[in-house]
Amino acid sequence: MELVYAVCVGFMSACGIFLMLRGHTFTLVIGLTLLSYAVNLFLFASGGLTIGAPAVLNGSENYADPLPQALVLTAIVIGFAMTAFAVILAMRGRSDMGNDHVDGTEPFDRLAAEEKS
Amino acid sequence: MGLFDHLVIFPVLIPFFVAVALLFPSLNNSLARQRVLTIAASILMVVVAFVLLFKIKDQGIQVYALGDWSAPFGIILVADAFSVLMVCLSAVLGLAVTLYASAGEDKNGAFFHPLIMFQLMGINGAFLTGDAFNLFVFFEVLLIASYSLMMHGGGKQRIQVNIHYVFLNLIGSSLFLFALGTLYGTLGTLNFADMADRIPLLSSNELLITKSGALLLLAVFGLKAAMLPLHFWLPKAYASTSAPVAALFAIMTKVGIYSIWRVHGVMFGDQAGELANIALPWLWPIALLTIAIGAVSVLASKSLRVLCSNLVIVSVGTLLVTISLNTVQAAAAGIYYLLHSTVACAAMFLLAGVIQQQRGKAEDRFVTTRTMPQAGILGFIFILLAIGLIGMPPLSGFVGKALILQSVTKASQAVWVWPLILGAGLIALIALSRAGTALFWRTNGENNTALQGQPVQYLAIGLLVGILPLMVIFGGAVSDFAQLAAEQLKAGLSLQQLNEVANNG
Repeated sequence: MELVYAVCVGFMSACGIFLMLRGHTFTLVIGLTLLSYAVNLFLFASGGLTIGAPAVLNGSENYADPLPQALVLTAIVIGFAMTAFAVILAMRGRSDMGNDHVDGTEPFDRLAAEEKS
Repeated sequence: MGLFDHLVIFPVLIPFFVAVALLFPSLNNSLARQRVLTIAASILMVVVAFVLLFKIKDQGIQVYALGDWSAPFGIILVADAFSVLMVCLSAVLGLAVTLYASAGEDKNGAFFHPLIMFQLMGINGAFLTGDAFNLFVFFEVLLIASYSLMMHGGGKQRIQVNIHYVFLNLIGSSLFLFALGTLYGTLGTLNFADMADRIPLLSSNELLITKSGALLLLAVFGLKAAMLPLHFWLPKAYASTSAPVAALFAIMTKVGIYSIWRVHGVMFGDQAGELANIALPWLWPIALLTIAIGAVSVLASKSLRVLCSNLVIVSVGTLLVTISLNTVQAAAAGIYYLLHSTVACAAMFLLAGVIQQQRGKAEDRFVTTRTMPQAGILGFIFILLAIGLIGMPPLSGFVGKALILQSVTKASQAVWVWPLILGAGLIALIALSRAGTALFWRTNGENNTALQGQPVQYLAIGLLVGILPLMVIFGGAVSDFAQLAAEQLKAGLSLQQLNEVANNG
């Protein structure tokens, strides 16, 4: 179970980072969302993975660590707000600058220019 | 428990309640009422911060357990000498910024005052928290306020710079969470004192994971602090935003420095067993290179605000040097210099704002234009600040740099630190003289139409500039307190001590 979980988190982070390396705000937002999903899962697993155990200290030996779940909840809320802000900012940038490149202007593409001429 | 016992949480609660109150329609509709309330709240925060400072001086470290849940289970705030100094600094800065903005800067966009209050709440919280996850939460509070403040007033350039700033910091926040998860996985706690207790006890197969978590945190804090190579966002961001916001941001890089000090200087410091001082081999070259790159950029700056932003980078490098020297004496010198450099840079940003208003289209760029209507007084303040920023006597920059140079004891370190810090001072001297000449002397014709600076703006600048000579006149008291702060910082705090202090309080 741990291996599958770790591979999933790793794959998701890799996808997120790959998308964030693009220069456009749209892919950046998608990449950021994937990365924050990955980080939420990662935090969730940081207390160790247990199956069928309650998330409270009920006196028995078998319980899931409650703290990471509280942390994840906070992280989800904050991540959600931040993503909303980033989307609005990206839209504002798109309408102000006329394109969605993070630098405000599309870099000069020599190949495309040659093809046109 | 009286009200006095809850003093530690006031620097977080006051801005929070004031910010919420400011959002109600009866206050939100009237700019005059907003100004009165924020300035009153800022003055109250200065008073509270200094009362707390004297309380800590008399009674030692204060610990506040929220809801009386004891550590490591509950959320705790820890106010020691270092954190209370930072809270005082942010309160004074907050007062200057709200005063300055009341002259008209707050009219350029909505919600200026509530955002400033939320920003101060986040900054104070980050200084006072005794828990790594709450550090993250307060970072987010101050960041989301700063995202909006940076765009205050709008404009294409601000939006474009803000896109870089926001996305960089969002990535930083994700990495912060990864680092926290990693550390929680091996240590099983996020309370600073508890973490420091458990780090030396780690088994050998957990060492590498903990180390990677700690170094990931270094990258996150380094991004906030603008240390090389994560400093590229800073000059553009600080130079394009409005003057009061840039002045308030002067303390934001210091939040990063403060966190590096707490986590990598102390928690992973000398007492950390196998993981002792893991960040030092990285910090040392990075600190020196940050000073060097900052100094080079200072020379290449084409406007006063860019120049000042690059001086912020130089000061970050200097502070990183004092962290990586890893002695109590160096820490004390660093804390003194931190106070000085934050105040001086913030005042320079405010001054640049007035200069920009009076020069019309030339703004604060080093080009020939008509004289400023109030060139005399502006020039006087400029010279004072320049002396402070360069580090010449008689102002506090000199004392700060002298203390830092004095704290370098090993010849192998002095060979690097002395030339770099003195060289950066020389470069600042050259660049600021050139800037002053261009702004005040290279003029053609009189300018009768430009706006006059308002008294409240000068009051705000005067408040900050006045601190520089005060830090020299009361230099003994300030450096003694910095020494106390450094000793408390370096001694660290174990969970047992923490709970003892909390129970006595």
